[in-house]
Amino acid sequence: MTSSVSVSVQGLIMRYGKLTAVDGLDLDVREGECFGLLGPNGAGKTTTIEVIVGLLPPSSGEVRVLGRRWGESDEALRSRIGVALQETRFADRLTVREVVALFRSFYPKGRDPMDVVREVGLEEKCAAWTVKLSGGQRQRLALACALVGDPELLVLDEPTTGLDPQARLRMGETIRSYRGRGRTVLLTTHYMEEAQRQCDRVAVIDHGKVIALGSPAELVRSLGGDLVVEFALSEGDLSDPELLGVAGVRGVRRSNGAYLVTAAESNVTVPALLDRIRERGAVPSQMTIRHATLEDVYVSLTGRHLRDE
Amino acid sequence: MSNALVQLTVTRIREIFRQPEAIFWTFLFPVLMSVVLGVAFRSERPDPSAAVVVEAPGADRLETVLRGDPAVRVERMSPEAAGARLRAGRAAIVLVPGDPVTFRFDPTRPESELARTRVNAALQRAAGRIDALAVREEQVDERGSRYIDFLVPGLLGMNLMGGGLWGIGWTIVEMRIRKLLKLQLTTPMRRRDFLLSHVLVRLVFLPLEVVPLLLLSYLLFDVRVAGSLGAVALVSCLGAVSFAGIGTLIASRAKTTGTISGLINLCSLPMFVLSGVFFSTGRFPEALQPAIRALPLTALIDALRSVMGEGATIAATGPQLILLVLWGVGSFAVALRVFRWS
Repeated sequence: MTSSVSVSVQGLIMRYGKLTAVDGLDLDVREGECFGLLGPNGAGKTTTIEVIVGLLPPSSGEVRVLGRRWGESDEALRSRIGVALQETRFADRLTVREVVALFRSFYPKGRDPMDVVREVGLEEKCAAWTVKLSGGQRQRLALACALVGDPELLVLDEPTTGLDPQARLRMGETIRSYRGRGRTVLLTTHYMEEAQRQCDRVAVIDHGKVIALGSPAELVRSLGGDLVVEFALSEGDLSDPELLGVAGVRGVRRSNGAYLVTAAESNVTVPALLDRIRERGAVPSQMTIRHATLEDVYVSLTGRHLRDE
Repeated sequence: MSNALVQLTVTRIREIFRQPEAIFWTFLFPVLMSVVLGVAFRSERPDPSAAVVVEAPGADRLETVLRGDPAVRVERMSPEAAGARLRAGRAAIVLVPGDPVTFRFDPTRPESELARTRVNAALQRAAGRIDALAVREEQVDERGSRYIDFLVPGLLGMNLMGGGLWGIGWTIVEMRIRKLLKLQLTTPMRRRDFLLSHVLVRLVFLPLEVVPLLLLSYLLFDVRVAGSLGAVALVSCLGAVSFAGIGTLIASRAKTTGTISGLINLCSLPMFVLSGVFFSTGRFPEALQPAIRALPLTALIDALRSVMGEGATIAATGPQLILLVLWGVGSFAVALRVFRWS
């Protein structure tokens, strides 16, 4: 790709006393893409975001946003980005419309506040005090505040955490319509499905480092196959080398007593696998075949599930 | 004025109006407090001196004489009870009958000293003393020279100080604690506009603090403004600006409500004592005077007293007004530099 870079982070390190929250993180967000930072809570996503939007000075490393460094002309840079932070709090006794209008006034140019309120689906709540909003509605209000300045870059920290499925869908639509105008999005999430559905590229983060980077499809392909055969045995046992010898098998993992076998083609692998199980006198108790997900990528990279911690 | 500054100011005003309890504590309570103080210190005749005659031979005669003086309230009790009264400050003087009559009192208490003089005069006269010099007494309660006329500008100044320090200091620290500022900091909002909006809000609410107090003082105590109302308004505005600036400064680093209330008390208590709210600053040693005159509350109260009491013009209060502006602008500029945003 030759398109220009919206956010570039190189060798970012953030230390809080003895704790290292971000430990040498590099990433590039290209103009026009939706880039996801994926990782469990505590992986350093929020700290990274706060450095990128200029709320925290990095302990070391270089950050460039829309070609500029923080500390050069911050007001001009801030007017080009929209930010929604995790669990944002608003003054209790202001209405939704008033909050969005206030944020609009900070930007030299932008959109009509009521249009944005409608876009995030809060028009029915536009005269309600923020203290009366649900968690999901507050997230959408934060998104409206991020959108009202009509930014070139939208940075969202955990935009869908705590939302019900419908609200999550709606958030997805809003982000897509924003991207429809050729704009760039950087978001964090610990929902695999969301990252897979929403993002062009994903950086998997663990312990403050990028451990995998690429499009969701590329990352899944890196497992060696995009299918996962998941089965359990009620009797008998099979060793990993035995399973790896089965035609088409690219990888074997075990999780909670189940076998997870990655494969490229199910029509070859599944019959061969069943034959092998029968040969060993083992009895399968259940078997499912599904597409591999980013969750499988994460587990194969770290040996842990995303939501374990 | 930028659109953001207007929006920030209007937003703060909305928030205040939507908290009725805040309106009460910020605006009405200080006015009520001032009225109560005004009633307590209004220049009525001083209370009659509380004298206690100890139960002993000769007590009857002392009691009869003192009952004849309306300026003395007399009671009789046992020596122990009388001693307890004196120690608790509920009796100004204790008289032990005998020859000589013994006066027991604490000369450092003004009311005890006053009681001694009165009681002594009443007893001496009853015993046959004739005043050697004829005097005529003329009692002054001309408007403008009463204690209440001195007190009202002091209370007004005190309220403006409290409003600026608590109204701004507390609000900003609360916003910091509740992390309400964080999202705004990711926008191009100008830091100066945010702080300035707090100062503007103070000016908008200023009439709510000044007018009721002046109106009630007029209606209840007949306190009038000798100078122009415009001059009172200008002095009050500059006073509010001065303390608004100081309010933003003390709120600039504090992270807890404990810290901010401590800082507010640290600022306001010395001025409360030194700046002449209740009595003239002339009582303090000469060496302290330059420092006292440099305090913003002193400047504010002095300017208010000269405008309200002596009808001074704005030009005549120039030095005080300049001092107020310097305090306000100076503190605001420092606050802008040292403010802890995150």
